[in-house]
Formats: sequence, structure tokens, C-alpha cells
Amino acid sequence: MAGELASTRAVSRTFAPVRTPLLIPTWVIIGFFLVAPVLMMLAYSFLTKEFRGGVIWEFSLAAYDQFIFDRGLFGDEPPQIEWTYIVIFVRSIIQAAVATLLCLIIGFPTAYFIATRSPATRSMWLFLVTVPYWVNLLIRTVSMKFLIRDNGPLNEALMGLGVIGEPIALINTDFAVQLGLFYSYLPFMVLPIYASVERYDFALSEAAADLYANRWTILYKVILPIVWPGIVAGCILVFVPSLGAFLAPDLLGGAKNFLIGSLIEEQFKGNAGNWPFGAAASMILLSLVLIALFIYARRQARRSAQAA
Amino acid sequence: MRTLLKAGIAALALTFVAGAAQAQEKLSIYHWFEYIPQELLDKFAAETGIEVTMDTFDSNEAMLASLKAGKLGSYDVAVPGDYMVEIMIGEGMLDTIAEGELANRGNIEPQWVDVPFDPGRMHSIPYQWGSTSFSVNRDVYQGDINDTSIVYDPPDELKGKINVLDSQGEVMLLAALHLGIPQCSNDREQLKQLDALLQAAKPHWASFNSDGAKDVLVSGDAAVGMIWNGFGAKARAEGANIEYAYPRQGYVVWMDNVVLLKDAPNRASAIKFMDFLLEPENIAAVTNFARYAAGVEGVTPHLDPELASQPESVPPADAPAGTFVAVCDQATQEVYDTMWTRLKK
Repeated sequence: MAGELASTRAVSRTFAPVRTPLLIPTWVIIGFFLVAPVLMMLAYSFLTKEFRGGVIWEFSLAAYDQFIFDRGLFGDEPPQIEWTYIVIFVRSIIQAAVATLLCLIIGFPTAYFIATRSPATRSMWLFLVTVPYWVNLLIRTVSMKFLIRDNGPLNEALMGLGVIGEPIALINTDFAVQLGLFYSYLPFMVLPIYASVERYDFALSEAAADLYANRWTILYKVILPIVWPGIVAGCILVFVPSLGAFLAPDLLGGAKNFLIGSLIEEQFKGNAGNWPFGAAASMILLSLVLIALFIYARRQARRSAQAA
Repeated sequence: MRTLLKAGIAALALTFVAGAAQAQEKLSIYHWFEYIPQELLDKFAAETGIEVTMDTFDSNEAMLASLKAGKLGSYDVAVPGDYMVEIMIGEGMLDTIAEGELANRGNIEPQWVDVPFDPGRMHSIPYQWGSTSFSVNRDVYQGDINDTSIVYDPPDELKGKINVLDSQGEVMLLAALHLGIPQCSNDREQLKQLDALLQAAKPHWASFNSDGAKDVLVSGDAAVGMIWNGFGAKARAEGANIEYAYPRQGYVVWMDNVVLLKDAPNRASAIKFMDFLLEPENIAAVTNFARYAAGVEGVTPHLDPELASQPESVPPADAPAGTFVAVCDQATQEVYDTMWTRLKK
């Protein structure tokens, strides 16, 4: 797939060789907005915590030690493996993965539906998908909270219809957090998939049907491989921000159980005031994400090499 | 689309021009959420011509963290609670108000002039004071509520229906009062007890929420809500059938104060604002809005008469006195921080 893209891109002679001076803005942006903050956090994660927030410029591994070892309430017991943060990470990864899966299950048919409409109605559907996202994420999360609370419209409606006898407790549960994540990031799934389905040539489906492929075969053997890059892009765009989300866990989950995002937020903004630990947790998260993306990129490269 | 864009740019340009033309005095406030009526800010702006901007926070600790993270120097005044004033003085984050600089300093009630958290009131003026305990929904629970076990060792009817403030100082102090141990104790057994109490209580708590502390009571999401007395009064006024508790083990008293921040970009405006808030009529408007009590003389004629009989402000005769949150030494505070992290994980 990558090979194909590269070859289509390299065709144009007018734009092909990008001169170094033209790259300067790119490097400035990457350097200033990407590399510099990450390096700063990396440095902070190895500094000594200052009492009540801030750092002392002395090298220390205390932040990583705190992440890995449990030394008891007073910090002087023999170290044991600290499961807390591992549990928080695993919980966050599972929630982000489920959110991604839900977005995919709803997002793919939605994108497919939109892409198969007439060009005039497509833009209307796309517009409708993005309309709620013109509203601030905080407001949307709060309104979700109003919808699902014990005596909110959802429970009232279900009770009115006689489906349930008494309100289901939805608010302050993992389910609510899941719902919030799904709702927050759905368009990030729909839009990239739409972009790739839209370019899909439906003559291919017809050709497959002529060769006696049934609908499922067409989906698995023809459509999915071709729109795969869009699906991957959508999954990454949903998974990564879900992993660091803190609004949904705070507002819908009752701020009771940390997720990665709220754990890190608490280190900088909350009572804990432990900057090096917040930086270390971010670094560990970043490393995990980079490793996962790296492995994926390697596998893709090997696959396209094999295909060639 | 293009016309829209053009209109947007034109509007933006106009704003800049207007801003440059006025070049007026400014005041930047860092305040608690929902704690000052907009009309009062408008009145200040109208009287002085100073343009007011305000950001809000939802706990003393969050305010401290944000100021330490680089916001110091962008705000003129903030409104920390008593113990946080002491911490901020210790951190060197407050500027000194010179003798005679505040014209209305004499309006401060005598009992609030020389306070332990700011001896001689060098850096702060009183804003509001009140108490922290909890309100209980009387439709859900009819028993005795004047006991800290309602929050820390709740009866079955209330389990899973409790909201606590996302505020370390107050949660820890109420817990210490529940156990009958001194604040900031560095006795290991007592600290372990405190930790065990919080760990045992957490499964019964539904949420940690400060800025929603009123709403969860009004909506019925929570049947017990740890809350500041005036905020509890507002929840009751909004229709919640709740009663504010005065636990026999004790409860928290606090005073919020307007402090002059170090490196204030508009120091003169800050002083004017403090003087403005020391006018009985103005600070009474805050009290009428927030339902607490002012620390300024001569406010009574301006107060809503209902405040005098508001149950959240008038402890029953047999209620104990409240306790201020103490500032712990570093070693103890670090154990508290560890406990708090363990509690919320």
C-alpha cells in the first residue's frame, strides 16, 4: 500500500523535489511543538519533586521508582511491585480499545452509508456528523451526564415505556466513561473511513459480484483491503486521544478511578503536585504508543515488501 | 463561506482597534467558581472604569498548582482559603499591602484583623467565611445525621450515594475528626488508621466532585454531599430536600480571603478591588449570593434577612465549634499526599 502511495506522489515533476528552505516551517513546527515539549517532559521526569508542585534541578529516578515499586505509606517498607499504575494503564488501554472498537462498529457503516449517497447529499451527511463537534467537548460531556443520570431523560423514558422498574445506575460507572469516550471521538473514525470509501471504485464490487462473490466476500476480500488505510487512521485517531482523555472519566466516571489522563492531570493540576511523576507517566505512555506504532509500521513495511 | 470569513476578520480587526483605543486599566482575578455575582463585577467596572477578567478554580490545591506552574504574574488577586494563605505566604507568592494603602481596612471585623494564617493581615482581606460538613437528602435517610459516620462509615441506605469534595484538606480534616485524632499527626499508627478509614470508605463514595457538589444534591445523583454551608443552602433553595449536618465529632470552618499576588500586573487595580470589597454594601452582595458570612462590619443592613435564620449558618446550640484546616509539616503532608493518591487510584 505504501509503495503505491509513494509512486502516485512521485509522479508530478513540478512539485517532486522539495527544496530544503521550503521544509523550514515543517521543521520549526515539529521542533517547537513536538520535540521540544517532549524533551522537556523527559527531562522533568528525571528531576527531583519539589514539595507542593514544581521541580528541583537534581537528577532523580524517584518518579520511575514510584511507578514501579510500592514502598508503603511512609516510603520505607521493602519495595514490592506497584500494581496501581499498571492497573490504571491496563484499564485505560482496555477502555480506549473498546471505545475504538465501538467507534469502528458504528463508524464504518456510517461512513460507508455516507460515501454511497449522491454527491449532493454526502456533504449534508458529513455536515450532520460534524455539527455536534462545533460544541465544546466539555459541554458535550456535561450534556451526556444530564442524559444518563438516575432521573435523567434516558432513565425516565425507559421507565415510562415500562422497560425497567427503577432507574439503572449509569452515571459514575465505567460504562458511562465508555459511552463518553465513544461519543467524543466518533467523527475521528467516520471521517478518515469516509475519505477512503469515497475513493473506492464500486465497479470493483460489481466485478467481484460478477465472479460470484457474495456480499461478505466482497466486503472482506475487496472493500476492506482497499479502505484499510482509512480504518487504521480512524482507529489511531480514536485510540490515542481516548487513552489520554480525562474529561469523560472526571465528569461521567465521578473522578473516582484514575485513567491515565486523569492520573497525569492530577500530578500537575490537582492535590498531588508531583510534576516528575506526571512527566514520567506521560513518558511511559508515550513510549508504549510509539512502540506499538513502530511495530505496526515495521509489519506494514515487511508486508508491502513481500507483496512487491 | 468566504463572506463569513471576511465578516469574521472584520470583527476581529474591530476588536483590536477598540482595544487599542481604550487602553484602559485592567484587573485579573483568579477566583473560585460560582462565588461572586456578575452584577458586582459589573458595578466595580462601572465605578472604576477598570476592565475585569476572571478565571476560576475548584480547589485551593488546584489554584496553588496552577500559580506554581507559571500563572503567577498573570493574575492580580486570588481567593485562597485560610490554610492556603499561610502556604502561599510561605512560598513567597504574595505581595505585601502597605500600611494605609487600603482606605477601608478599618471595616474588617476585629476578630478577623489579626488572624493566625496572615498575622497582621499583611497580604489579605477577608472575603467570606463559613463551614464545611455535609448535607443529607431527607427523603432517602431519616435518621440522625449529625455524625461524621454518615460519610466515613455510612449506613446501608446511603452507601454508594455519597459525593465528597475533591479537596484534600477538608476530606482529611473531617476524617481526622471522625477518628478523633489530631490534624497533621505524625504518629504512624494514627496515619495508618486514617489511611485505612479512607480506603474502607471509598467503595461507598459515588464521586469526587467540588464544582458539581450542589448539582448532584439537587439532581438527586447523590443522597449525601460533602459541601460548604452556603453552597448547601443554595442546593436547598434550588429544591433539594436536604439538611446540613453539624457532626458531633466536629466540622471544618474556613475563611476565604482576597490576597494580593506577587508580580501582579495591575497592582493599583487590585488595591481598588480590595477596597471595593471592604465596602459593606458590596461584600454583602457576595454574601447574599454565596450564602456564607462576610468578615466586614456594617453589612447587616444590606443582608438578605433570611440569612439570619438559614440553618446552614446557624449551628444548633449543642453543636461543637468548627476546626480550621492546619498546615502540616512537609513529612506529614507527603504522607497525606500519598494517601490521597492511593485513595483516588
